[in-house]
Amino acid sequence: MQKTLSESKRCSPITVKSLPVRSNHGPAALQSPSNRAEQRSCPQWRRANMALMELASLEKSLGFKKANKYSTQGNNKTPILQSNKGAPLIGLVTIASHLVQEAAQPELLGRTAEQRAVVRQWLEYRVTQLDGCPKEDIRSILKELNQYLEDKVYLAGSDFTLADILLYYGVHHIMADLSVQEKEQHMNLSRWFDHIQHYPGIRQHLPLVVVLRNRLYTGGHH
Amino acid sequence: MSEMKLFVSDGNPHCLKVLAVAELTGVKCDICHAKRLVPFLSHPVRPVLLLPCGQHLFKANPICLYFLEVSGRDVCDLTSQWLEWEAAELQEATVVDIVLWAALYPLLSNSSFLPDKLQCVARWFEQVNALPVCQTVAQRVQQQKSLESLKRFLQKQPLPPARCRNAPLCNRAEEEDAEREMTDEEIQAAGATWSRGLADRPTPAERRHPILPQEGKRNVLITSALPYVNNVPHLGNIIGCVLSADVFARYGRLRGWNALFVCGTDEYGTATENKAREEGLSPQEICDKYHAVHASIYKWFQIDFDHFGRTTTEKQTEIAQDIFWRLYDRGFLIPDTVDQLHCENCQRFLADRFVEGICPNCRYPEARGDQCDKCGRLINAVELKDPQCKVCKRTPVVRSSAHLFLDLPKLESQLEQWLEQSMSTGNWTSNARHITRSWLRDGLKPRCITRDLRWGTPVPHPDFSGKVFYVWFDAPIGYLSITASYTDEWEKWWKNPEKVELYNFMAKDNVPFHSVVFPCSLLGAQDNYTLVSNLIATEYLNYEDTKFSKSRGVGVFGDMAKDTDIPSDVWRFYLLYLRPEGQDSAFSWADMALKNNSELLNNLGNFINRAGMFASKFFEGRVPQMELQQEDKRLLAQVGFELRQYIQLLDRVRIRDALKCILNISRHGNQYIQVNEPWKKIKGGDEDRLRAGTVTGVSVNVACLLSAMLRPYMPAVSATIREQLCAPANCADAMFQGAGSFVCTLPAGHRIGTISPLFQKLEAEQIESLKRRFGGQQDEELRTDYKHAACSTSRSRSWWLTLVLLFQGDRVRALKAQKAEKTLITAEVAKLLQLKKQLAAAEGKNPEPSPQKGKKK
Repeated sequence: MQKTLSESKRCSPITVKSLPVRSNHGPAALQSPSNRAEQRSCPQWRRANMALMELASLEKSLGFKKANKYSTQGNNKTPILQSNKGAPLIGLVTIASHLVQEAAQPELLGRTAEQRAVVRQWLEYRVTQLDGCPKEDIRSILKELNQYLEDKVYLAGSDFTLADILLYYGVHHIMADLSVQEKEQHMNLSRWFDHIQHYPGIRQHLPLVVVLRNRLYTGGHH
Repeated sequence: MSEMKLFVSDGNPHCLKVLAVAELTGVKCDICHAKRLVPFLSHPVRPVLLLPCGQHLFKANPICLYFLEVSGRDVCDLTSQWLEWEAAELQEATVVDIVLWAALYPLLSNSSFLPDKLQCVARWFEQVNALPVCQTVAQRVQQQKSLESLKRFLQKQPLPPARCRNAPLCNRAEEEDAEREMTDEEIQAAGATWSRGLADRPTPAERRHPILPQEGKRNVLITSALPYVNNVPHLGNIIGCVLSADVFARYGRLRGWNALFVCGTDEYGTATENKAREEGLSPQEICDKYHAVHASIYKWFQIDFDHFGRTTTEKQTEIAQDIFWRLYDRGFLIPDTVDQLHCENCQRFLADRFVEGICPNCRYPEARGDQCDKCGRLINAVELKDPQCKVCKRTPVVRSSAHLFLDLPKLESQLEQWLEQSMSTGNWTSNARHITRSWLRDGLKPRCITRDLRWGTPVPHPDFSGKVFYVWFDAPIGYLSITASYTDEWEKWWKNPEKVELYNFMAKDNVPFHSVVFPCSLLGAQDNYTLVSNLIATEYLNYEDTKFSKSRGVGVFGDMAKDTDIPSDVWRFYLLYLRPEGQDSAFSWADMALKNNSELLNNLGNFINRAGMFASKFFEGRVPQMELQQEDKRLLAQVGFELRQYIQLLDRVRIRDALKCILNISRHGNQYIQVNEPWKKIKGGDEDRLRAGTVTGVSVNVACLLSAMLRPYMPAVSATIREQLCAPANCADAMFQGAGSFVCTLPAGHRIGTISPLFQKLEAEQIESLKRRFGGQQDEELRTDYKHAACSTSRSRSWWLTLVLLFQGDRVRALKAQKAEKTLITAEVAKLLQLKKQLAAAEGKNPEPSPQKGKKK
């Protein structure tokens, strides 16, 4: 019904470099950070798949030519980045931040110390609050994000960052399920979401979610 | 940096790491204990750091790293250097260690929590704990009140989502695909158990009324939330309380517990008064009429109450007034005047549910006078903005009137003490714990127990004559009065907390009344009442993708289920299979047909039928000689494992999960028959014939076990199987003892009866017509909803069509994803194409040239 951003328009804003391998050795306790082994609302296979697909998408967005190898561990299906040398990197945020560094786009992690803190906070929000969030709490998350985004273009204010990318991937399946009315109720969130999904090179494999720009339910209630 | 403010709270371990890192890095910030809410977050969080730029950081770890960064250290390399740091300089490694230390602090500061195996962790913890920074900040958070303050903080927090899904049984989901490997010991043990047989177990005694608590038995009192008499219960109500309670009561009786299951209709209140006015009857006549409706619905669903009573009885008045006076004499009731909404036009005070207005908290425009459906908060009716009388739509006025309040704050500490004990020893579903905790966290307030109405239990105090008790005070007392109508010795159940275990079944909206308010009434009355020890609350059941709604005619209501020609047992099965344990679930016709056809017909029914048919066709209706081989014993072990699992689950009221065990057994059984092919072996030599006999004999015995396990779920089917197999009366009793044991109950030579199929296929057309019948108005609903918005101009018409088209597209995709019946999909796609044509026409385009495009969608 609605044609948008053609595939060919997608551009890779980053020049590709050969990727140096970092060694990473965390303390033993951090190797298995998941004591929360129990089930959550999102099926495990789906979460595992989601995390891996989004890392693949992120690589493409960042302009990597060759895909890295990933696996998952634990009941939460935490992603692991395998490398040829040294120990693997564990955890979505750690890996994503690492990829951004490797792609020489450190500004995606924030330009100032304050901004970096804000980015880190939303990345943590993504993996602690959003992932595996039980169905009944989704409303309150949407509400929070909507309020937060009321006076912001991006999560870290006026700069596009990694927080926008990962939060976009994280809320995509929720946004896709919202009704037109619900999307309109969370107008700031929808506006941000629509903006990010049209940001060059970000959407990748994900289907476009239709966000109407005209208000349909202006009366507040029928 | 001095403008930075760090907000912390007492007893919050997350503040430890932030304070510690601030201390460590030397970053200066004002530390405040004042309340500061992050404007966009819905829950208060600590710690919060207010940055110089005005942004809030509300996550402890980013705050820690921020401190580290502003103190001039490089965070990016931190992760890569952890190991080096830890090994070389303990001082630097503490950031990681301190964060872990703080998270583990509440648990590990009591060393007895740590199993011996984890000595390395213990050593590490001691080392970090001994650091001066840790010592200082730990004291600051605890405010010298030791670990107790941490405990109090943690108890009031809602459980994190992951922990809500009751831990130990979760691995189950993963195991389901992978066959559980049986060890040799398990297989041999299963063989030995089997050969014990029935021995000479006595036949279980018949139920004899009145059932009273007995010495030396497990005395279980089961209640299900009292349905309100005016509403015809829908499937969600049925699964939420009476059906769940019935399964548990039936199971308890099978286990040999001394169980009493009572329920009844809740009949007082304004809704009844109104209904009576509408139908020109007296309230009592209305109650009589609808009580009978309820009773017949539950009878059809085979709900086996020991007593199904009602609240409009003498006993109710007697017991409610007794509890009232006891509370009054002990000073737990306080008088106060209340502002109430009075409709001048209708000449009466408006009960909460007869006022609607805008929620003062979330601005939801259709909030009821007692609670907002959107944000769930309780509301005082006079706080509503723009209140409206629901009957005449006029604006009511505020009038004051004297009322009595139950002093919940005075009872709070007693309540907390009891709750701690009840929750730690009993079985409370996670939502029940969660809801109760959030009530306590918000603090209790006095609650009004009287109302200016007529149809209710009269308040006996002369100063409050002409008033009645508020339903929330009155209705739970119904459990007692209904038991009192059943037996004069009701106090043996209700004033016997040492010997009686009380199970309350309900949907989650009823939790606070059963876990906080009613226990407070009983605690305050100080009469040694039996309080709830097991509170079992379900989530909600939705209908297809929407809510059940009587007014919109959406969904299946109790009185209609029997008109569907689908047997009551199949209804029970599907509702229990869907039981919203842990999360909401949705009733769907297509899924019901699928489950009936795949699980009941092809799996369960097929196995039992084959087992019986082999015995009657090949062995003249007798159980043949059996000589068990390793493979047979392996099946016995698998079946025994499922049986024990079933018992463990049902003991913990995991009704839906236990049903899966039954289906697993018949799956194992089908596989066993399939592999051994008795229908071929019967034509072979002696050895093959013996083999066919063994397989048939074992299968018939598994079928007999299934009949016992099915009894709580599908009583009629279970009875039919028992009849077909001529199973001895004591077999269920024997197998359900203790942890459960699968024994040979039908020995060689046992004669079985006539075998016939147990289930029928649900055909696609049948389901499609039912769906239309019960959800039929929905499409119409959608249309009229948007018609409101749509006026006659073509522009708005195309808007409306676009929307409907969107919904239709979703529906088609959903059907395809569910792999629904082809005819169904074709019908919906046809609708979709029709809509597209209409849309094109509305937009003034010619729809003909692009029919291909439509099909792609």
